[in-house]
Amino acid sequence: MNMDISRRRFLQGAGAGVAGTALGAFGFGGVEAAYAATVKEFRLFRTTEARSTCPYCAVACGMMVFSAPSAETGRMEVVHIEGDVDNPVNRGTLCPKGAGALDYIRSPQRVKVPMYRKAGADAFEEVSWDFAMERIAQLMKEDRDANFIETNADGVTVNRWPTMGFLSGSSCTNETGWITWKVARGLGMLQIENQARI
Amino acid sequence: MTNNWTDIQNADIVLVMGGNAAEAHPCGFKWVTEAKSERGAKLMVVDPRFTRTAAVSDHYAPIRSGSDIAFLSGVINYLLSNDAIHTEYVRNYTNAAYIVGEGYGFSEGLFTGYEEDRRAYDRSSWEYEIGEDGFAKRDMTLQHPRCVYQLMKAHFAAYTPEMVQRISGTPEDKFLKVAEWVASTANGERSMTIMYALGWTQHSHGAQNIRSAAMIQLLCGNIGVPGGGINALRGHSNVQGITDIGTLTASLPGYLAMPTDAEPTLDSHLAKRAFTPLQENQVSYWQNYNKFYVSFLKGMYGRNATADNQFGYDWLPKLDTTYDALKMFDVMHKGQTTGLLCQGFNPLMSIAYSGKSVAALAKLKFLVSMDPIETDTAYFWQNHGEFNDVDTASIQTEVFMLPVTSFVEEEGSLTNSSRNIQWKWRAADPYFESRRDTDILADLFLRLRKLYDDEGGTAPGPIQAIDWSYADPMAPAAEEILRELNGRALTDLRDAEGKVVRRAGEQLAGFGEMRADGSTDGVQWIYTGVYSPEGNLSQRRDNSDPSGKNVYGSWGFCWPANRRILYNRASADPDGKPWSEEKAYVFWDGQRWGGADVPDFPPTSNPSLRTGPFIMTPEGTSRLFARGFMAEGPFPVHYEPFEAPVLNPMFPAIRGNPAARVFDNDMEIFGDAEEFPIVATTYRLTEHFHYWTKSVRYNAVVQPEFFVEMSHALAEERGISPGQMVSVRSHRGEVKGRAMITKRLQPLQVDGRTLHYVGLPLHFGFVGQARKASPVNSLTPPVGDANAQTPEFKAFLVDVTPLADPVA
Ligand code: SF4
Repeated sequence: MNMDISRRRFLQGAGAGVAGTALGAFGFGGVEAAYAATVKEFRLFRTTEARSTCPYCAVACGMMVFSAPSAETGRMEVVHIEGDVDNPVNRGTLCPKGAGALDYIRSPQRVKVPMYRKAGADAFEEVSWDFAMERIAQLMKEDRDANFIETNADGVTVNRWPTMGFLSGSSCTNETGWITWKVARGLGMLQIENQARI
Repeated sequence: MTNNWTDIQNADIVLVMGGNAAEAHPCGFKWVTEAKSERGAKLMVVDPRFTRTAAVSDHYAPIRSGSDIAFLSGVINYLLSNDAIHTEYVRNYTNAAYIVGEGYGFSEGLFTGYEEDRRAYDRSSWEYEIGEDGFAKRDMTLQHPRCVYQLMKAHFAAYTPEMVQRISGTPEDKFLKVAEWVASTANGERSMTIMYALGWTQHSHGAQNIRSAAMIQLLCGNIGVPGGGINALRGHSNVQGITDIGTLTASLPGYLAMPTDAEPTLDSHLAKRAFTPLQENQVSYWQNYNKFYVSFLKGMYGRNATADNQFGYDWLPKLDTTYDALKMFDVMHKGQTTGLLCQGFNPLMSIAYSGKSVAALAKLKFLVSMDPIETDTAYFWQNHGEFNDVDTASIQTEVFMLPVTSFVEEEGSLTNSSRNIQWKWRAADPYFESRRDTDILADLFLRLRKLYDDEGGTAPGPIQAIDWSYADPMAPAAEEILRELNGRALTDLRDAEGKVVRRAGEQLAGFGEMRADGSTDGVQWIYTGVYSPEGNLSQRRDNSDPSGKNVYGSWGFCWPANRRILYNRASADPDGKPWSEEKAYVFWDGQRWGGADVPDFPPTSNPSLRTGPFIMTPEGTSRLFARGFMAEGPFPVHYEPFEAPVLNPMFPAIRGNPAARVFDNDMEIFGDAEEFPIVATTYRLTEHFHYWTKSVRYNAVVQPEFFVEMSHALAEERGISPGQMVSVRSHRGEVKGRAMITKRLQPLQVDGRTLHYVGLPLHFGFVGQARKASPVNSLTPPVGDANAQTPEFKAFLVDVTPLADPVA
C-alpha cells in the first residue's frame, strides 16, 4: 500500500514537469524556466536502493536504504532510509529508533581510522591498520605462548587459553558470528560472551 | 519466540509482562494492536510501571519488581484449584502424568539435595520412577499422589490471591482479573500469547520467571497453537542468531555443548548425550546429536578431521568452568586476564557494578574495541570527572579502537526474534577506513597462524588444523560463510537401498541428511536448509500468506526447517484433529501431517503411535516438572531479589535464590533495606537503543539526558521538586540526574508496608552526544540468574536524596 503512495509521489513529480511544459507551449517560456527551477528533483532519482534490516532491535524491521556517490569521496554513501513496505512484519513502518538510523551511520562518534592508546598515555593516536593488527597479533601470541594449557593435571588434552576474552557483538551478522566463533575457539578461548544476557 | 511477530494477530488474550513492547519493540507491537482491532483481543499488562504498553491495555495490574514468580505461581494455583486447565492437552502433551521418585521433596523453601556450602543442589532426587521396561512410569488418570499434576497442586497451593497481594503488592481484584482472563484460554478454542523481555530475565531467578510463564501456557494448552506461545521479544538485532551460533562460554553452534575436562574423548562426550526415549515410540530428536556434532567438526576442521583423530575433537578447548560476562569481569578483576576483544560491545556500560568493571579493565595488558563508533569502554582510561573518575597515567592498558563498517556497509544474514533468517544487501561502501568484522578477524587469524608457522610457539596444532579454505582467505564472503553454516555432502550420500540421495559437493536440504561418519559437514545444524540446493533461502522475499493465517512461509528462512510455530503438532489433539476449527493449524489428513506450516513432527507418523508433539524431549511431552534441568529446582519458588525491601514472606530465612552464584560467597556486596529502602529498576526509552544512540545526534536531541523517575508520593516524602537534581545511591555507587515525577509509578503495599520505587533509564554514559551521566550500572549488583547468569538489573535497592535547592 505504501509502495503505491511512493509511486504516486513519483508520478506527481513527473506531473509537475509536464505541467511546466504545457505552460511553455502556451508561450510562457520564462515562466516554465522559473517554475522548473523551483521544482526540486525527486531526491531518490539518482540513488541505488538496497533492502536491509534495522540495526537495533530484534523485530528486524525491513529497511529500504538509498545510496548515492559522495561528491567528496566518490564512494557510495547512504542518503535516505525508510521502512520496507514489502516486509510482512513492519510493513513500511519504523519506530523512533529505526527512523533515525541514517544519523547512526554518520554519527560524530564514528571511528574513522585505527586508533591506539599507549600504556599510560592520555590520548589516542592515529595508526595504520598494519601497525594495529601486527601489534594485536604480537600481544596475543605472546600471551598465548605463555599461558596456553595443553593438558590438565590428569593428563587430559584440554587445549585452552584461559587468559584471553572475547565479547561477541549481537548486532553482527550470523556470518560474523561464525567467523568469531571459529577464530576465538580455534585459538583456544573459553572466555566468550555475547549480549544474550544483557 | 516459539511463535512469531505476525502470529500475534491470532491471539485472543495478550499478556505483556516483563517487557514494554509498545516502547521497546514498537513495530512488533503493532501485531497486538491488530489482534485487538481485528479479533477483539484483550491486552493485559503486569508491570511495576504504567508503561505506554499499559496505557493501551484493557487491564493493567501493578506488581513489585522481583516478585513475578509469586504472581505467576498465583495464576498456576488459580488454574489448578479451579480446574481451569486444558485437561487433554495437559494429560497427553505435558509430563503431568509422570510419577516422581520417592526421594523428591520440598520443605521450608528448599528442595531435596541442597548443599549450602556449594550454594547448589544434588539434583538426583528430582527424577521420575522408571519401570521395569526402562520407560518412565505414568498415571494417565493424574491421581497418583506422586504424579507431577498432584505434586504441582500441593506445591502451588500456598500462592493464594492474598499471598500474591502480600508479596507482589498487586491488589487481589486486579490479580484475579488476570487469572480469569488467562483461564478463558484453557480450552483449545481461544489462545493467549505471552510477550516478555529483560524485565523477566534480569533477575537472580530470571529463568524460573520464564518457566512459570511456560507452565501457565502448557496448562492452558497454548504452546504450539496460533496466537499462543511464549515469546521473547529480544534485544539486539541479531541476538537470536548470535546465540544460535553460540558465542557463549559453554556453547557450540546449534545448542551443542562445549567439551569439558570430564569428557576426554569424543565418544565420552557423545555418550552423555544419548537421549534414550523415556516412552515407547518417541522421537527424542536429540538422539541425532552425534550427527550434528561430527558435521560441526567436519566444518570446523575440514579435511583434517578424520574418524582416526575423533574428527579433531581434541583441538577444541575443553571447558574447566563457565565464563559468563559477570565471571569474566570477576576473573579480570583478579588480574588473571591479559587481553580482551570487544566486538560491538560496551561492557563498561552494560555489565553490572561498573566500579568493578573499570578496575578490572585497568588490569588488562590490552583491550581492543572493534566498533563503528567510539564506546565508553574504549575510553575507560580517560578521566571524565564524576562520571569516570580514573587516574589515567597509572592505567597501563594498551587500547586499540578499530573502525568497523556499519550495518549498511556489509551484507549478510541476521536472525530476528521470530527465528527468521533474513538477508540484508550491502547499500554503501565502507565509510572512512572502516573494515568488515569478518575481514578484521580473517586478518588477525592469518597473521597469528603465520607467526606460528614462522617462529613456532605453544600448541600451534589447533590453529593449523582449522579449515580456512575461503576463495579469498583475507576476505571470506558472507554467502560462502552461510553455505558453510548450512553444510553439504562430502561424498555421495546413499539411502538404505543404496540410491544416491545427495551428490558429493551438493548443499544439504535439511539437517535430517547429516551423518555421523564424516560424510557431511555443516557447522550450524539448526540452520541447515537456509542455503539448500535451491540457493540462499534467507534472500526470499515472497510476502504471500497462502493459508490466510498470517504465515509468511516464503519470506526468509525460519529455523528449524522453515517452521514458523514450534511444537505445532500440539495444535491438534492426540488423534491429529485440530482442537478447534478456529485454531486449526497443523493436522493429520489420514496419510500425512500438513496445514498452514511445516509440521514439527515426522511427516507420516500415524497418530495411533501416540508419538508426543515435543519431539526434542525423551518423554515426547513438555515438562511441567523440570527434573534436574534447572539449578534451583524442578518447580519455581518465590525467592526475593538479593537486595529486597522485605524478608521473603514465605521463607524468611532464605536470602535471594539459594542456588545463585555469589562470588566468593561475599554477601557484603549487597546493601540492606534499612540504609537503602527504595526499590530501583532499570528500563529502556523508545527513542534510544542501549548505549549506541547516545552517540547519534537525532536520538540525543529527542532524549538528551538521564533522569530519575519517581512517584509524587516519594517526591513529597523526600522534598523533591520536578526537574530537581537528585542523587541515587546504592551500596556500590552513585548516579545523579533530574527528578521526573510521574503518575506512572505508584507506591505499593507490600507485606504490610508502603514501598517506593525509582525507574532509571539505562542509556546514558560519558561518551557521545547526549549529556554525560554516570553509568546506571554503577548501582547494580554483580549477581546473576542461577541458570543463565543474567544479571539482576531489574530489582535492587537504593536511596534517593535531593541535591540542590528545589527549582522555583
Ligand atoms: S525500527 Fe524500531 S521496532 Fe523496528 S527493528 Fe528498528 S528498533 Fe526495532
